[in-house]
Amino acid sequence: MQIDVEHVARLARLGLSDEEKKLFGEQLAAILTYADNLKKLNTDGVPPTTHAIPLKNVYRADKAAPSPDLPAIMAGAPDKADRMFRVPRIIE
Amino acid sequence: MTAHELAARLAGRKLSSAELTRSFFERIKKLEERVKAFVTLDETGALAQAAEADRRLKSKEHVTPLTGIPIAVKDNMCTKGLRTTCSSKILTDYHPPYDATVVARLKAAGAVIIGKTNLDEFAMGSSTENSAFQITHNPWNLAAVPGGSSGGSAAAVAAGEAVIALGSDTGGSIRQPAAFCGVVGLKPTYGRVSRYGLVAFASSLDQIGPITRDVTDCALLLNLLAGHDPLDTTSVEAPVPDYRRVLAGGIKKLKVGLISDLMGNGIDREVKAAVKKAADLFARLGAEVIEVSLPTLEYAVATYYLIAPAEASSNLARYDGVKFGYRNKEAKDLISMYYSTRREGFGAEVKRRIMLGTYALSAGYYDAYYLKALKVRTLIKRDFDRAFDRCDALLSPAAPTVAFKTGEKTDDPLSMYLSDIATIPVNLAGLPALSLPCGFSRGLPIGLQIIGRAFDEETILRAAFTYEQNTEWHKAQANV
Repeated sequence: MQIDVEHVARLARLGLSDEEKKLFGEQLAAILTYADNLKKLNTDGVPPTTHAIPLKNVYRADKAAPSPDLPAIMAGAPDKADRMFRVPRIIE
Repeated sequence: MTAHELAARLAGRKLSSAELTRSFFERIKKLEERVKAFVTLDETGALAQAAEADRRLKSKEHVTPLTGIPIAVKDNMCTKGLRTTCSSKILTDYHPPYDATVVARLKAAGAVIIGKTNLDEFAMGSSTENSAFQITHNPWNLAAVPGGSSGGSAAAVAAGEAVIALGSDTGGSIRQPAAFCGVVGLKPTYGRVSRYGLVAFASSLDQIGPITRDVTDCALLLNLLAGHDPLDTTSVEAPVPDYRRVLAGGIKKLKVGLISDLMGNGIDREVKAAVKKAADLFARLGAEVIEVSLPTLEYAVATYYLIAPAEASSNLARYDGVKFGYRNKEAKDLISMYYSTRREGFGAEVKRRIMLGTYALSAGYYDAYYLKALKVRTLIKRDFDRAFDRCDALLSPAAPTVAFKTGEKTDDPLSMYLSDIATIPVNLAGLPALSLPCGFSRGLPIGLQIIGRAFDEETILRAAFTYEQNTEWHKAQANV
């Protein structure tokens, strides 16, 4: 099994070293080969289960309540300016 | 000592919570160099909570069974102002601005939070070797792993560094370390306990639960944790019994199924023998024990290792260096900042699972892997439904072997994954299950898993309590 490791890493926005690319390529291939065992099971007409218990949308009462403490939230930011998160340049 | 024994001494004012808490920190200072169960200790905070608990005990106001009891919390549950790392470099300096619901409940009950325990990074692992900070050791044999991912919590309780602890369980992360460390660990039904403030790994599988020295403590802690929480939309509004009151009563006429598929190849001989002996004891105590087969269980590990990484790859997208956590500060533009932050912030197992999950969800592979796994999940759930048509509880080993040696499986992810073969199916079906000690092999504890119907923690706790009352395993202590 051949996996396009660089493509998958790009989708995940995950930087990998050359060693990691080689290692993960091999390990993912082994894991996915094992996962191919599932193909032995006939699942025609079987509905998928995303949650073990049925989930339904939950509404809460439309009542005002205090917002989370903004300074406490901002305190964890790697970089900030006033009430905003600062990030490196997005466009040239 | 157990929480229920200590609670009596605290209530009788024979012991203060401050004295008790100090004695635990003394023991931690003595043992921690060898066990390495804690990522963060909070002696100042704990002593303040103990003083408050002593005030409550003295005035006899708002006293609960856990008031003044030292507890350890797995470091993937948010504690306001107290560092919460998930044993990851990417959250090394993260101080949450809020408490997880379970932590808020502990505080309201007057429990004393002594520290945050080590785990496999983001709860991904079966040995607590994937922590960015330290490897935790098994108190029964320091050369062996404590299991994982709640290895720090299980080791802390087994070593007597905490009376009780909280763990989280996505594919066995409470039950497998409980088995390896010879303590009791319960994964409640999906939806039974709020996950608000639990750092998300695989949201359709994660549950928080107790790790304790005996079944009575397990019931007491579950009493505090269980119940609906408006802050977690998956938490269920179902009545919560007083679990301590349902322990007695015995197991006469209880229909118990021994899962034959988890008693065959790949399960250690001595583990099988201990579980078989436990099943025989259930029969002698009046239960009707039959063999049941759940043929799709052999596909559970493959199913899990598509679903859980898929959910993880989505959940961990939030670690982007923008709002909190680690950031690579050299990157010149936003996209390269994402790449370098995540490359430097995540460890190997987390990267491996993000890659695996991203692949399983990617265009061209979604149907063959992710959707296929969701359909097999339905078949596994149906197998459990059929078994519970005939049985009230199911028995199996909690893990295929006793604790393995540190380093033994780190180079072979698949063999590490297979160590959760007995616990993973239960998460896929959303059922409650616990592990409790049922023997020893080569000086290491063996865990018996008891699985129940959804929202029927009562039956498995009663079965476990009855077994415990008729055995001595839980009285054995690790000699660290």
